[in-house]
Amino acid sequence: MIDLHLVENIGADDIKEDPIRKGFGRGLLAAGRQNENVVALCADLTESTQISLFKNEFPDRFIEIGVAEQNLVTVASGMTVIGKIPFTSSYAAFSPGRNWEQIRTTICLNDQPVKIVGSHAGVSVGPDGATHQMLEDIALMRVLPNMIVLAPADSVEAEKATIAAAFNDKPTYLRLAREATPVFTTAETPFEIGRAYVLREGSDITLLGTGTMTYQCLLAAQLLEKDGISAEVVHVPTIKPLDQGTILGSIHKTGRALSAEEAQAAGGFGSAIAELLSTELPTPLRRIGMKDRFGESGTPNELLKHFGLDGENIAQQAKEFVHNTPQYHKW
Amino acid sequence: MSGLTMTQLEEKAITIREDIIRMLEHAGSGHSAGPLGLSDVFTALYFNILKIDPKNPSWEERDLLLLSNGHCVPVQYAAMAEAGYFPVDELMTLRKLGSRLQGHPERTKLPGLETTSGPLGSGLSQAAGMAYVLKNITPNPHRWVYVVMGDGELDEGNIWEAAMFAGKNKLHNLIGIVDRNNIQIDGSTEDVMPLEDLKGKWESFGWHVQEIDGNNIESIIDGCSMARAITNQPSVIIAHTIPGKGVDFMEYDYHWHGAPPNSEQAKEALGKLRSLNGKITGEHE
Repeated sequence: MIDLHLVENIGADDIKEDPIRKGFGRGLLAAGRQNENVVALCADLTESTQISLFKNEFPDRFIEIGVAEQNLVTVASGMTVIGKIPFTSSYAAFSPGRNWEQIRTTICLNDQPVKIVGSHAGVSVGPDGATHQMLEDIALMRVLPNMIVLAPADSVEAEKATIAAAFNDKPTYLRLAREATPVFTTAETPFEIGRAYVLREGSDITLLGTGTMTYQCLLAAQLLEKDGISAEVVHVPTIKPLDQGTILGSIHKTGRALSAEEAQAAGGFGSAIAELLSTELPTPLRRIGMKDRFGESGTPNELLKHFGLDGENIAQQAKEFVHNTPQYHKW
Repeated sequence: MSGLTMTQLEEKAITIREDIIRMLEHAGSGHSAGPLGLSDVFTALYFNILKIDPKNPSWEERDLLLLSNGHCVPVQYAAMAEAGYFPVDELMTLRKLGSRLQGHPERTKLPGLETTSGPLGSGLSQAAGMAYVLKNITPNPHRWVYVVMGDGELDEGNIWEAAMFAGKNKLHNLIGIVDRNNIQIDGSTEDVMPLEDLKGKWESFGWHVQEIDGNNIESIIDGCSMARAITNQPSVIIAHTIPGKGVDFMEYDYHWHGAPPNSEQAKEALGKLRSLNGKITGEHE
């Protein structure tokens, strides 16, 4: 296994934490410095989406839209015709929540390189409650032709993902989270749009994580090891297009798959894996996510635990799965 | 593109109307009333107002024209063909499988289109985005952004988000043209969702407003000249048009909004167009 230069203290209490959205803020600034055509638009959420860093350095390339998410993405679409590379930021519940059709028609059907940043995705938004806890965005974005869907695992990866998205010349959706989460990748950890990464090798089950859930899969793998179960952890920061080779290679080896996402269990990341497996490599798959219900107010950690979106529950589910399901592809 | 006399422009408008009738009849589906009503606006745009090069649709100095009410695209296709963007014959491929002339305009299918539209409400925002860049980011005072909108389309909130944005940013290089034909699918605009005081609405959003006869080519040209002379506000021209203009049995009737003529109706319509609604008669009739 190639060295992915992850931090040494995965699972330790003292692991450094940083919000994924801050990685985006830094990445956007870096992209803006690299290319003067990068511009940024925000729907009245400059500070919390961290687009403020870009705004402060390039005020002439920042456009305040106000609370008008439909206008947000369609103005951005127009700007690409004059050669700009626009990033639009708002909370995922509002963009793509509110403006999905405009994204579909003016960005995807037009095939224009607008980068839609959906911050504050998942239940870890916390006390604001269900209205702001976007769980359906992965499903909404991945079914759109021409749309690339990215969910970085930590703020270091988010920075790289943002810069990569800036220069891929495609419509791209970048999913960010609000709360500080463990930073387990480093500057040397590779990131490439369209690539999945085997973070930890194992033989009994493949845990597939995306976004904030990848770290939880790593925690689950540590817990499972104590129970004598060898879990392979595959990180999938690009939900669309899926790195079929890496994913299928792992699942062919372990014969069991479990996916985890801070989103509805239906229609999103796990469903994309299910679609892939049913066509290419039918394998039992357990999908961890929100079970067709909305979130609610609470602290981020409370909510993640409450909804089973943490390492402990992933390990528990994986253990039951391993004990009850034969390993496929061994005949 | 200029150099045509007013008479030549009026003749061009008739030709465009004929193209629309033949195109729709051949396609078997599509919208009649709006495109016929907008033929004078599109003649004025493609043959006088716009700085464009049909042989070079991506010319970096070109003016930009967006059709936000994308269902009216037959008039844009006809104007583009007559202007030389593609052969007039190709108009007969409208809405057919594999055609570049999709039922609603798609930017990636046909060079010369600046956007994809159809769902209504997003063209003004896109135009505003272009205008914003051309005014504030990569300034170019020689390029203008025109966007045609339907009046029923103004029901959409997205339009007013864009209007606010353009007003705030004083996008003087943005010129909207509203096809005020008073019809939409379910009936008259003032029955379905009244728009008046329409002029007052735009003015309160910080726009310069003109009201013109949208079926008079000279008024359209003058209106756009006036709009370009406004330096501190975006401009909108409320162009009063007759839906179905040129074909008397279609005029003023909202049922023709979304219907194409059948072959008998098309034959009659072409006769009306060539005879200016019966004003000219020939010995053979």
